[in-house]
Amino acid sequence: MSLTRRTAAELGAMIASGEVSAVEVTQAHLDRIAEVDDKVHAFLHVATESALAQARDVDARRAAGEELGPLAGVPVAHKDIFTTADMPTTCGSKILEGWQPPYDATVTARLRAAGLVILGKTNLDEFAMGSSTDNSAFGPSHNPWDLTRVPGGSSGGSSAAVAAFEAPLSTGTDTGGSIRQPAAVTGIVGMKPTYGGSSRYGLVAFASSLDTPGPFARNVLDAALLHEAFSGHDPLDSTSIDQPVPPVVEAARQADVSGMRIGVVKEFSGEGYQPGVLARFQEACDLLESLGAKVVEVSCPSFTYALPAYYLIAPSEASSNLARFDAMRYGLRVGDDGTRSAEEVMALTRAAGFGPEVKRRIMLGTYALSSGYYDAYYGQAQKVRTLITRDFEAAYEQVDVLISPTTPTTAFRIGERADDPMAMYLADLCTIPSNLTGNAAISVPCGLADEDDLPVGLQIMAPVLGDDRCYRVGAAVEAALQSRWGAPLLDKAPAL
Amino acid sequence: MTTPTLMPYDEALGRFEPVLGVETHVELGTASKMFCGCATTFGAAPNTQVCPVCLGLPGSLPVANAAAIEATIKIGLALNCSIAEWCRFARKNYFYPDMPKDFQISQYDEPLCFDGYLDVEVNGEVVRVGIERVHLEEDTGKSLHVGGATGRIHGADYSLVDYNRAGIPLVEIVTKPVEGTDRLAPEVARAYATELRELMRALGVSDVRMEEGSMRCDINVSLMPRGSSEWGTRTETKNVNSLRSIERAVRHEIERQAAILADGGTIIQETRHFHEDTGETTSGRSKEEAQDYRYFPEPDLVPIAPDRAWVEELRAGLPELPSVRRKRLRSEWGVSELDMQAMLNAGAVEPVEATIAAGATPADARKWWMGELARRANESGTPLAELAVTPAQVARVAALVAEGTLNDKLARQVLEGVLAGEGEPDEVVAARGLKIVGGDEELGAVIDQVIADNPDVADKIRSGKVAAAGALVGAVMKATRGQADAGRARELILEKLGAA
Ligand SMILES: [Zn+2]
Repeated sequence: MSLTRRTAAELGAMIASGEVSAVEVTQAHLDRIAEVDDKVHAFLHVATESALAQARDVDARRAAGEELGPLAGVPVAHKDIFTTADMPTTCGSKILEGWQPPYDATVTARLRAAGLVILGKTNLDEFAMGSSTDNSAFGPSHNPWDLTRVPGGSSGGSSAAVAAFEAPLSTGTDTGGSIRQPAAVTGIVGMKPTYGGSSRYGLVAFASSLDTPGPFARNVLDAALLHEAFSGHDPLDSTSIDQPVPPVVEAARQADVSGMRIGVVKEFSGEGYQPGVLARFQEACDLLESLGAKVVEVSCPSFTYALPAYYLIAPSEASSNLARFDAMRYGLRVGDDGTRSAEEVMALTRAAGFGPEVKRRIMLGTYALSSGYYDAYYGQAQKVRTLITRDFEAAYEQVDVLISPTTPTTAFRIGERADDPMAMYLADLCTIPSNLTGNAAISVPCGLADEDDLPVGLQIMAPVLGDDRCYRVGAAVEAALQSRWGAPLLDKAPAL
Repeated sequence: MTTPTLMPYDEALGRFEPVLGVETHVELGTASKMFCGCATTFGAAPNTQVCPVCLGLPGSLPVANAAAIEATIKIGLALNCSIAEWCRFARKNYFYPDMPKDFQISQYDEPLCFDGYLDVEVNGEVVRVGIERVHLEEDTGKSLHVGGATGRIHGADYSLVDYNRAGIPLVEIVTKPVEGTDRLAPEVARAYATELRELMRALGVSDVRMEEGSMRCDINVSLMPRGSSEWGTRTETKNVNSLRSIERAVRHEIERQAAILADGGTIIQETRHFHEDTGETTSGRSKEEAQDYRYFPEPDLVPIAPDRAWVEELRAGLPELPSVRRKRLRSEWGVSELDMQAMLNAGAVEPVEATIAAGATPADARKWWMGELARRANESGTPLAELAVTPAQVARVAALVAEGTLNDKLARQVLEGVLAGEGEPDEVVAARGLKIVGGDEELGAVIDQVIADNPDVADKIRSGKVAAAGALVGAVMKATRGQADAGRARELILEKLGAA
């Protein structure tokens, strides 16, 4: 079997045993990137030299008898929104093109310390705003299942890279579904940890109260291993939770749902849901019952208001977070010809540097926060947030986890929703509530939709710091489905 | 710039009643910045005390400085404020090159401390100034506009920004509107700022140097016609960088606004800038151009919820407050309120206290600090407390005078020597040979010689023209190069010539 088709856990074990070197593993993935990335366009930056140097370092330390972690020498690709001290960080935006941060994000630093090899930086919707990766200033990424379709977004480069076997692992950020939705539409696993469970330090902010770093992998255990490697309290992030990381790896290995109570969110079905998505979801419910879980329907009436609340809160925070891109200290500068004022240069730079979706959200947010409108918009949206929290709390009194389709449809065509922001926003309908409340949620593959043979994701939601439950249920579903299919879902993907 | 029409102060006060407000920004003297670990040393080379956080680099996050929160609560307690049980930071959004994130982390409708007061004394009368709020925020960087005539951004060739100051913890203290000060409004404003400065010093939370900008006051003034109870439109005067300027700025605004109102005009709600050189204010931003700051709770920081027991601990640990201390010292030193006020204004209270502690009498300590040393501080533009002389040295000089080794004139020379770095007072006395021409015997010999040299004058004195003794005293002082006790010399001369 090709090294690139191995799981991260296998690669880690093979490197640890000396069966292969980290350099060989890294080279295999660099070769794969060279082979397919002109079709997939998952990467904005491939760090060939530094990746091989890191791999050589791991091999040397291993040879010297140093005890290394389970993922030492395993390659990872970072969403290009985490700062990296040795490669550019663009956030998919012209305004940051070529910006070289002087510091590593905590996620970057922790994975570096754990010996993971950084292959490069992956494509994304500009500043993580979008569900398609169409909004990247550097061109869209393509879904390995069908290159005419989107790999989801905003972390579409990271999902595409893993689904295309360019990397066994990647990082993403989930603000409204930006990890789970891309994972669902590319047939891989994507986890949004509990807010505060993984550090935001060095993650270029879109919406501070929602942004959550999380892992992508082709299987649940690999995702848990990556999750564990970068999570945990970070004194540099005030919103980081000072509690032990939930036992996610143990839960992924446990893969047992017998006796668990599982709630199906009633509000996430019906109109707007693709029949093939609903069919696979129903099968997953039946499967969980057959594995010994008790599946019941649960109503969360406030979830209906999650989408509008999200589209007030996220843009409001974004309008403030993105103010700093003002041409003064870093990034693009337009119109500085010695005749213009600082204000004019700021305005010209922002007009030239931001794409249309970013501008749309900055304007939305600026309006929602403006004097006289704050209470009606931002204030009201925060109240909805409280209501959704109560719905979750009530639900978790009855059940251990909640499940739903991750996204109402399978991957749509590139450009299809570009002129219809509302249709685009609907892709995050089922994922947004967990962001508004900070709950944990994962997406695992649950088959292909009959009408288009494209992957469908199952979302498993758990309470704050109940991340392990997501992995436990996800791993059980994964094991049962793979034994039914006889192979991982991705084996059904067409060759690139 | 046209000179504004002013109404003479007395006339203005005859027709209008001023309402006063003061917003004070105090830079806290914490070792590190508000939201990062950078140092806060004043005067470092530009942009050397910066990091990803205080430069607002993409991805960086703030972490609140616990020492700054503690200092703010202490200030609130000393100002008799309530301390919030739960409050949040808020973002104040506006674009400006010296603000790295293009928003300032501040507090909006949930200040850490609120609803207090500070009593200040003006002409022996106590005025209670209400405190609306005390909140914590971060300072901005500092712009330097190069070229152009005004040093302002408009007309400059280019601008430089120093971010060393960006992120330094800043406490904003806002008074409630102060009514009923009448013609004492300027003095009340000054006394309030003075008292606040003393309070910050006593708490040890800031070096409160107005000239370095670590304490900055914005002055709000409005007028209402006598007999009316409806406040007028207020202006906010910025750039008021000394205690004296505060007084001048209030006075100027009263005179300016009175002239406009008397002429049937209206006051524009605006920011005005005070000019130290002319004592005038000029228009800055008007309300029409005022920004919508789009405040919202800072999502990168967790709420502050000070533990009640801890707050009570801080309250119990507050030092003796300046007003209480002054009352105590006044009675201990036997000085009048006015004298104490003068010492306070001169920054002499601490040095005097330390000098007394080093053994000087209160009268001597006050005399040297408020006299010779105040004069020298004034000349060199140095704060009194920063002169190169210690209270112990001043006490030693006073002791040398008391024991008759020095007279006042010599003592001034000794202090000059100490200030010039010539060593301890005794070393200066020895090195410069500054010893009073000592006992009556030594002095008597000099006097005998002077009488012998001036027989005519001596005769005059003998015949009862005592006033002529001055000439002989002068001769004695000359002969001793000033190192004689002139009073004793006069006594001895009169004695010797039988005129005593
Ligand atoms: Zn800093």
